[in-house]
Amino acid sequence: MGKNKKENRRNFLSMLGTAALGGAILSPVLSKAANTALSSNVTEIKNFEGRIEDFLGGDYTNIKLRMQDDVRRAMKKPAKERKWAMAIDLRKCVGCNACTVACISENALPPGIVYRPVIKDEIGTYPNVSKRNTPKPCMHCENPPCTDVCPVGATFKREDGIVVVDYEACIGCRYCMTACPYEHRMFDFGEHYSDGLPAVAAYDERPSFEYEKEWTRENKHDSPIGNVRKCTFCAHRLEEGLLPECVTTCIGGANYFGDLNDPDSVIAKVVSKLNVSVLKEEFGTEPKVFYIT
Amino acid sequence: MKKIFYILWAVAFILGIIGVGMRLMYGHEPAAYGSRVVWGLWVAMYIYFIGLSAGAFLLSSLVYVFNIKIFEKVGKLALITALVTLICALLSIWFDLGHMWRAYEVITRPNLPSSMMAWMIWLYSAYFILLIFETLYAFRIDSGKYSGEELNRLKKRLKILASIGIPLAIAFHGGVGALFGVVSANPMWHSALTPIFFLVGAVASGSALFTAIFAFFWKNKDSEYFNQMIQILAKIVLVSVLFDLLLEWAELSIALWMGTPAHTAGYRAMLFGDYWYVFWIFHLLLGVIIPVWLLATKGKKPIAIGWASLLVALTFLGVRLNIVIPGLINPRVPGEALAYIHPRLSFHYFPSLMEWLVALFIFALGIGLFFIGNKIFKLTEDTENKAL
Repeated sequence: MGKNKKENRRNFLSMLGTAALGGAILSPVLSKAANTALSSNVTEIKNFEGRIEDFLGGDYTNIKLRMQDDVRRAMKKPAKERKWAMAIDLRKCVGCNACTVACISENALPPGIVYRPVIKDEIGTYPNVSKRNTPKPCMHCENPPCTDVCPVGATFKREDGIVVVDYEACIGCRYCMTACPYEHRMFDFGEHYSDGLPAVAAYDERPSFEYEKEWTRENKHDSPIGNVRKCTFCAHRLEEGLLPECVTTCIGGANYFGDLNDPDSVIAKVVSKLNVSVLKEEFGTEPKVFYIT
Repeated sequence: MKKIFYILWAVAFILGIIGVGMRLMYGHEPAAYGSRVVWGLWVAMYIYFIGLSAGAFLLSSLVYVFNIKIFEKVGKLALITALVTLICALLSIWFDLGHMWRAYEVITRPNLPSSMMAWMIWLYSAYFILLIFETLYAFRIDSGKYSGEELNRLKKRLKILASIGIPLAIAFHGGVGALFGVVSANPMWHSALTPIFFLVGAVASGSALFTAIFAFFWKNKDSEYFNQMIQILAKIVLVSVLFDLLLEWAELSIALWMGTPAHTAGYRAMLFGDYWYVFWIFHLLLGVIIPVWLLATKGKKPIAIGWASLLVALTFLGVRLNIVIPGLINPRVPGEALAYIHPRLSFHYFPSLMEWLVALFIFALGIGLFFIGNKIFKLTEDTENKAL
């Protein structure tokens, strides 16, 4: 049995490798093939692809559009009745970093700031190696250790559970960065991608629209430069009834997002029915980013 | 000799001003710390100077609270040392802020009672105000302008201020330690011993700085007073350095002894990492072994005491660096270091040119202020003290 399992995994990995090589156009075909192979051989990997529909119920054709409806429904409620959460299906994440890049683009992040890095672990030694990709946005903890330490109360948890930074109040002491067990927060040093080139490139001057304001980068001493920055679950997009950019962009549909307080939402069903875990559970921070494993 | 010193000081000060100019013009861009090693040389300097200040202040309380006669003549010297080092500390941390001009917010919108940093700021602000008043009273009493009833009233006030000062100095410097101690996400800092370690370190470094100043700058070195005083100071330095070493052993041995990697990583980096020499050479050899040897065996010679104390006082910056940096150079989430590559997300830190220059400015400013203060108030001369 053990040997069989190993071989199946190897087959599966090589198939994934082929799929990756095959490129984006071919991938649906290949993944279908992989799916068939899996359903017959590797029964312990549940819901590998497309199986979420089995328990979601309701009428829909596109899960992202359905989650967008969830967001719009939630936005009609008072803020304190919403509880935003995210679930990331690590079985689906291929480690392409599309979310990382889309987030940087959406929030016009400068060099050295990344709200959604993807940690890539290699487990085992060659030739028995497997990879694990773990996207790591802000966990938007229920009990955030980062907010209590702020000397001026510039960072706090909103009523809807999103942990934010008031850019106009943050003094840039960086104490919160030391307090975050997930090492999420980053400091804006005022750098440009085009530093060292004859002129500042236009893309470097693009403003960020975080917190529904326009933040320019013209002056090295103005916010958000000199501030601590972090993922906001794209609060400015939610306000417009849009999903966070990382969820929208994910090529594998590995992200689920919505209002945990809404039992009909995709996220509530995913978190309650699938095998989810959180990072560093022992800290008691109660992250609202769940991982499906 | 004096000329060389003046030239060196001027060069340091000018270079320092260039550093400050860089900081004001370019913000944090020329700094080497990043989003992983979030605090660097300036934060270490802040806790270093603020420790010196608390230590020197506690020495001054020997005169103004406990009426220990022999310290009368150096009470004001201790107060001025505390004041100058406090100014250096506040400058260090001010340059470190992302938004320097928002520093007032810590007073106008403090996040109390939850933020230990807010507590610390309020406590050292109170200490700063108290220190200024205490110094003013000490100088007034010695000015010779007051007598009789009026003089007694001043003395009483000074004693009350100084008495409040003791718990305040302990609380605010303990608060600096607690600022690190309460960070439960950081196993290296998160220890009940951290605030105590800060306090003992403050007494060791502060008394060492004071002893060095006394040994090298006291005018009348042939007097009986000088000889008596330096022997007492030498004992204070020796005992506090050894006690600090004991606490260090407690902290290190408990954390390292068969500890889990998350708990030992910081200390391993401190002992065997890239900057092993800060611990083994600067701290242990130059800051403990040589000074203890000088103080314990050559303790009769004032010059040996002076050098030993100077070594302790200077190398204590290494102790402070070893609290800040090793606590930050290990990823808290495995794999973090390679998740996204950028210098600001690196776990390696060495201060940049701007950081060194600003550090130079702060040291030069502190030395300059002390010299001016000493010249005006003749703190190191054997004048009659009327404080008691």
